[in-house]
Amino acid sequence: MRIGVITFPGSLDDVDAARAVRLAGGDPVSLWHGEHDLKDVDAVVLPGGFSYGDYLRAGAIAARSPLMQDVVAAAKGGLPVLGICNGFQVLCEAGLLPGALTRNSHLHFRNRDQLLRVERADTAWTGDYADGQEILVPVKNGEGRYVGSEADLDRLEGEGRVVFRYVGGNPNGSSRDIAGVTSENGRVVGLMPHPEHAVEDLTGPSTDGLGFFTSILKAVVAA
Amino acid sequence: MSRVVVDVVLKPEISDPQGQAVLGALGRLGHDSVRSVRQGKHFVLEVDGTPDEAELRQIAETLLANPVIEDVELHLTTD
Repeated sequence: MRIGVITFPGSLDDVDAARAVRLAGGDPVSLWHGEHDLKDVDAVVLPGGFSYGDYLRAGAIAARSPLMQDVVAAAKGGLPVLGICNGFQVLCEAGLLPGALTRNSHLHFRNRDQLLRVERADTAWTGDYADGQEILVPVKNGEGRYVGSEADLDRLEGEGRVVFRYVGGNPNGSSRDIAGVTSENGRVVGLMPHPEHAVEDLTGPSTDGLGFFTSILKAVVAA
Repeated sequence: MSRVVVDVVLKPEISDPQGQAVLGALGRLGHDSVRSVRQGKHFVLEVDGTPDEAELRQIAETLLANPVIEDVELHLTTD
């Protein structure tokens, strides 16, 4: 199972994301933002970091890179895509996910282990979790406050597109404690916290994040 | 050559913690008459020939600003 991991200039967590794919039993495939080549992957991960130095807005320039044009087109055809942290910002800027991520309400960079509640266990990336399950993964961001108009947030909630919510404290002031959302078809998921940093006891606070990467392998087989 | 100025500010319903931090500093400096601060971005574009307002509006609304959270204003001046 080929899971692509995109590297943008300024990506930081692409190697950890590839490692998480490998630990889950998949084959990570490196993708370069500047090429129009998805290399026949079965799914794509956009990793965390500071693509283009967060110039203009976090994720804004990366969302207009050559490869992202192919990702947008393929996602509309059903290709599963996961955006983590900066990757989530890129997916919102590219219009694949609703809403926007902006400066934390307290203005501080926040780095800690964070409990999340899984609100949707039927997306392509969350099938190995249970609805309502709580998972512990690191969160680390300065511009992670999820925002949208009240009408848009009401619509998202009504359509059940909130996939994760912060539990035990909201690290960045996100509206309605939203940590992650999904596309209408449940194939594109974005979240600010970092499941790829919680895949081994030695380096993470738990192994709760591994479920993202085992879920997608099963979802791709089932498709 | 034309000069195009684009101002981008957060929509009124989106809270602006940076503006609030500036407001807090102003209060500490004794500038009690300032009621509110909203921080934004200011772009200056130099454009060859006669500016195509529709194209510039597209640039402003699809790249310079994120219409989900920001409002944009265009100001055109021709030398």
